[in-house]
Amino acid sequence: MNMALSEQIVIPQGNAELRLARTWAQPRGFWGWFMNVHHTAIGVRFMVTSFIFFLLGGVLAAMMRLQLSRPENGVLGPDLYNQVFTVHGSTMIFLFAVPMMFQGFGVYLVPLICGTRNIAFPRLNAFSYYLYVVGGLLLWVGLLLKTGADAGWFSYVPLSGPEFTPGKRSDFWAQMITFTEVSALGVAICIATTILRQRAPGMTLNRMPIILWEKLVISMAVIFAMPAVMVVSSMLLMDRTINTQFFNPSVGGDVLLYQHLFWFFGHPEVYIIFLPGTAIVSTLVPVFTRRHIFGYIPIVTSVVATAFLGFGVWVHHMFATGLPQMSESFFTAASLMIVVPTAVQFYCWLATIWHGRLQLKLPMLWVFGFFFVFLIGGLSGVMLASVPVDWQVHDTFFVVAHFHYVLIGGALFPMFGGLYFWIPKITGRMMNDFLGKLHFWLFFIGFNVTFFTMHFLGLRGMPRRVYTYTPEMHWGGLNMLASGGALIMVAGVIVFLVNFFQSRATGRLAGPNPWAAGSLEWAVPSPPPHYNFLELPTVNGREAVWDALPNQPIVTGVRDDIPEVLVTNSLDSEPQHKDELPGPSIWPFLTSIAVSIAFIWSIFSSWGIAYGAIPVVITLIGWLWPRGHSPAPRLETRMEGTWTR
Amino acid sequence: MNPIPPISGLGSAVALFLAQFTGEHNSLHPAGPQASDIEWLYWVIFWIIFVAFILMITGFARAAARNRTQAAEMLPIMSDPEGDRRATWAVSSAVAITVLTLFAVLFMSVITGKKVEGRTSTNPITIQITGHQWWWEVQYPSPQADQTITTANEIHIPVGRPVVILTSSADVIHSFWAPSVNGKRDLLPGYSSAFWIQIDKPGTYPGRCAEFCGLQHAHMGFSIIAEDDNTFKQWEQQQLKPAADPADPEAAHGKQVFATHACIMCHTIRGTDAGSRMGPDLTHLGSRQMIAAETLPNTRGALAGWIIDPQRIKPGNHMAPNLLEPDDLQALITYLQTLQ
Repeated sequence: MNMALSEQIVIPQGNAELRLARTWAQPRGFWGWFMNVHHTAIGVRFMVTSFIFFLLGGVLAAMMRLQLSRPENGVLGPDLYNQVFTVHGSTMIFLFAVPMMFQGFGVYLVPLICGTRNIAFPRLNAFSYYLYVVGGLLLWVGLLLKTGADAGWFSYVPLSGPEFTPGKRSDFWAQMITFTEVSALGVAICIATTILRQRAPGMTLNRMPIILWEKLVISMAVIFAMPAVMVVSSMLLMDRTINTQFFNPSVGGDVLLYQHLFWFFGHPEVYIIFLPGTAIVSTLVPVFTRRHIFGYIPIVTSVVATAFLGFGVWVHHMFATGLPQMSESFFTAASLMIVVPTAVQFYCWLATIWHGRLQLKLPMLWVFGFFFVFLIGGLSGVMLASVPVDWQVHDTFFVVAHFHYVLIGGALFPMFGGLYFWIPKITGRMMNDFLGKLHFWLFFIGFNVTFFTMHFLGLRGMPRRVYTYTPEMHWGGLNMLASGGALIMVAGVIVFLVNFFQSRATGRLAGPNPWAAGSLEWAVPSPPPHYNFLELPTVNGREAVWDALPNQPIVTGVRDDIPEVLVTNSLDSEPQHKDELPGPSIWPFLTSIAVSIAFIWSIFSSWGIAYGAIPVVITLIGWLWPRGHSPAPRLETRMEGTWTR
Repeated sequence: MNPIPPISGLGSAVALFLAQFTGEHNSLHPAGPQASDIEWLYWVIFWIIFVAFILMITGFARAAARNRTQAAEMLPIMSDPEGDRRATWAVSSAVAITVLTLFAVLFMSVITGKKVEGRTSTNPITIQITGHQWWWEVQYPSPQADQTITTANEIHIPVGRPVVILTSSADVIHSFWAPSVNGKRDLLPGYSSAFWIQIDKPGTYPGRCAEFCGLQHAHMGFSIIAEDDNTFKQWEQQQLKPAADPADPEAAHGKQVFATHACIMCHTIRGTDAGSRMGPDLTHLGSRQMIAAETLPNTRGALAGWIIDPQRIKPGNHMAPNLLEPDDLQALITYLQTLQ
């Protein structure tokens, strides 16, 4: 019964299958790579690219740990060290965490879990990927040319302003922000539209898998949060290039304005990184406890509440600026309040495991790692929410420890769990279990040795972002311990890479549903064909595969000779009409190049945006030029086929 | 200060662990009422979250051990309405307890915040701290200009008296933090703010800049020296005096060197022609224990190294190298050391 749907779908259908394969085929070859607009390809690219940035950011982290392992070490000078920690932080947040957790997993999984054949606005989606790559390259080429950003990942003014950071360093940083945030915004629009309009019939809001709820909520958070940081990075860029004075206190500019705008984005950003982690946990826990999740509605409410409250806590990054006590107390209250929805999620996961039959497979091991690590980070967050305690530990290694527990615990542990869970879907082959467990234990132990130690360093007064310290401070022993732990973590990541390449070549074939999981991506072959679903499914419960009826109907009447998808309404996912999605095109790539030229040009000349707009307009005309083929299904606004419901 | 234990075996791990409960640069080793208030709150929250952590981890461990199966194949899906009903009660109660605990934390946090900020006085010592890249300008303002003390990086206060610190910054954002005295406070350009400290035990309490401020953020220390009332008065009287004219010829030559080389471009020595406010006031340099914002001890050798090549010691700082003849350098150092 569980497998009813997937069995039904893998039955070869002869001509229909061939026609679909031809209709949804993506071009091959060198130029074909740049024309591909299918969400599985773009999603994998987001994952691979952001993982490469993760490795690069990790190299920088290792360099910092090497420098700090001994007092008055001379491996990195202050200039290089400042670039290294700035690029490390910016890479991990903007080029790894969000592109991996939101864009990577989201773009790959959302259309599959929705039961549709491609993401909405596939060309915008591809465009967003290229823009993200250029933004990442900009930051890293800057570092390699010794013009790496060096004012910290939040680049506070006036330090990052024209007076104290002359040259192009902070401009590279500010434009990298613009690139990555335009990319995130584009993907947010694609994902939100896909979830709201392309869900399989029967997948009402009340039956939407939690991971879709989370992707929808995060898309909204991205749409509201990213403009703030794009505004602030553009204001910084204007201060630096065309002599505006937004942040120059000597002529009435305001340095706190920058902090407010940055953290109005910066704190929701934490949840944009963390909520995808909880969504992976909420997806994995029922699969490996062999039951539906306990507390679907409380968990969904918690996800929505977390994203909402996340916009009301930004000032807790600014408690040391000397704001009035009343407003600080308000933000303490809000910061403590946001503990509640996360606690609700934890209790629901605990209840699910308690009343389920736990099968502690590799992905689930990482979920338990998440429980342990994130719990410590979340609880030390209670300390940071308290204004007086924050006055002591703010901007010290205690905070460094806290946010690595929260972000590595909240994103990286679920990410590895998710990768071990979904890589069989993506590559079609299982990962090696032994190497996976070795990876887990190395990473888990190394992580805790490195970062738990940092709590003590912070309490003993070690500020963050110092490139060295004197032996008289007695921070040497703990720092050496932390650096040793970092080595163990590095070993763990190397084991993962070995495992990935080995299993991709020789791993056991996974089959469509190796974990006997419940959501729709497991109802298609691994790896999925470009048309995703041979037969478009309908859904009978929150876990589409588990809850499928023996005679679960399929959707008919969607054309297979053009790339057509079924459009359903937002609330009840009732079929409304059909739409033809755009196919492969080189224009998104060309447009992204044109936009990149304008953005990068604007660093060097205030006329860059003006002249750079010309190629952007030309490429946009090319992109939007009406193709004029197959008009008939576009006009069709009602179901033409029959529901065999 | 405790010595650094060698890394070997469990014993030193324990020693390392204990080491952080000692030392003067330590949030958990308070020397005054503000830091004590915060330390109290820290430990209250610590024990609350410690208990919460133990409860949650025990819960997950028991849940994992309870129905774990070793089956290689994935098992069929089960439903358990009775379990769900009981879980509803358990989860609801846990949420209620969480909310109540958080209210308690909020209450204690607000009360402690009020207490820390409320330890004021109508007759305080007032100190104006101005952050510079990468040193601290310290002023004891007075309505009479000649009664204003200006020094750098070394703050003297009397024991047991409330002190109000007024903050400002000359360039970028810095943050004033002496962990055993009080929490930190940002020094923002364009803003000024005030906060209170008090130290009850005589001693030297180190502090550092806590907000990243550029190349030498790591070497931007200060120290607060708490002393009894008489010693403080004496220090105050001494600081108010202009620099004495050097008696011996070598020091007199040193004064000449100071006035004819780059030194005079940036530094003040009251009682001489040197009056620039770019760098630290050196009128009583000889009385300070450290130089270069707590980077080096105030010794002849360190002074010589600092004057000749400050860029080696604090790369990127705003003091240029000075290529002095050996005789001139010796004389200059002798002169600087007479500035008591």
